[in-house]
Amino acid sequence: MSKQHVSTTINGDGIEFLCEPHQSLLEVLRDELGLTGTKEGCATGDCGACSVMIDGRLVCSCLMLGVEAEGVQVTTIEGIAGADGLHVIQQKYLEHAALQCGICTPGFIVATKALLEKNPDPDETTIRYWLAGNLCRCTGYDKIVRAVQDAAQSLAYEA
Amino acid sequence: MGAYAYQAPASVEEALSTLAAEAAAGNRAQMLAGGTDVMVQMRSIDKGPRTFVDVKHVAEANELHIGDDEVFIGAGIASAVLNENDELKSILPGLIESADLIGSTQIQGRATIGGNLCNSSPAGDTIPALIACGAVCVIASPGGNREVPTEDFVTGVGTNVLEPTEFLIGLKIPRPKGRSSDAYLRFIPRTEMDIAVCGAGVALTLDDSGVCTAAKVAIGAVAITALVVPDAAAALVGTTVDDEALSAAADASSALAKPITDKRGTVEYRRKVVGVLTKRAGAIARDRALAL
Repeated sequence: MSKQHVSTTINGDGIEFLCEPHQSLLEVLRDELGLTGTKEGCATGDCGACSVMIDGRLVCSCLMLGVEAEGVQVTTIEGIAGADGLHVIQQKYLEHAALQCGICTPGFIVATKALLEKNPDPDETTIRYWLAGNLCRCTGYDKIVRAVQDAAQSLAYEA
Repeated sequence: MGAYAYQAPASVEEALSTLAAEAAAGNRAQMLAGGTDVMVQMRSIDKGPRTFVDVKHVAEANELHIGDDEVFIGAGIASAVLNENDELKSILPGLIESADLIGSTQIQGRATIGGNLCNSSPAGDTIPALIACGAVCVIASPGGNREVPTEDFVTGVGTNVLEPTEFLIGLKIPRPKGRSSDAYLRFIPRTEMDIAVCGAGVALTLDDSGVCTAAKVAIGAVAITALVVPDAAAALVGTTVDDEALSAAADASSALAKPITDKRGTVEYRRKVVGVLTKRAGAIARDRALAL
């Protein structure tokens, strides 16, 4: 089997890697590039733990081949925090205790970032539908929704 | 033994020669659109080496064109892109809602209508909606493009008319004229992200007095392929799509359905519900057309 060469951009950095043609982007991120913040939950696109943004669009990295990352902009959880500390979204997840075991959290935070970029002032229904592709078996979701609402308010205040 | 490989042709010609070369070499080639079915199947029910041929870099499959007479949706266009297009949503609301029903935000960022059709599941939500609005499959073939109406595309569970050397470029849909609209409804036991127990798509045209002059009804997940229901359409044409006409259309859908009993529902239940969905989708399509 021959590996394929891929040039992509991950969290703003130009990255080149080799991968098998059938490897998922999730496998490439975790196993080839050491970006283990992105989690594998189900590997069938049901749980959203592996959520990343591709050219600003939220996708499951388990449902995309690594080779499909050629020439695109990938944003992972490692790209959310700034140089000076946690992103407001991450801070609000902490403040609202919107996580327990934490496995789903990177996916939720990337999904929240994608939501607030598209819609800075979502109502609760919009938040719940947008995040319906991210499963959390610990929190019961309410704290997550509150964290997203608070993050949206803080970001609006900052802007 | 073959191996996994990945090709990203930039044009129809290049994609066809890739498919032909793989076939000549005895390799399996599989077109890849959003990958939301292909990637899951590759790890479960359909393992084994193949060459993925990515349709998303084929220029023609990336076209989304809304013309005066025709709409073209390339096979590589993600459903989130369709859903963000307000013009498309206003002229083909039923088709777009059928795509919008499939999967989460993440899935919709990749999944395509073309892929849903080529996956050819009996429960594919976009298929009855495509049939109802008269969509035609534009298929790249070694002898030149050929066109197949969507109702003739799927041949069985997971099978369709595509030869190994062919692929779907996109879907051509006549632009609805005058007071024409469509609607798609499916039933699932939860509010979203499930596979249809059954579904119904209705497209219709009303004249100035609100009388239906043309209609097409298609139902899904109640047979091995989506079914056109000519008797349901006939029940609507010539009426104001009133309760009586809608009930007759519902009966026609229930009568034509050939469902199975599985974990999602029984034969009796699906037969009943597909009629109810036909009736409700017909009323929605009517109200949409009246509002134009």
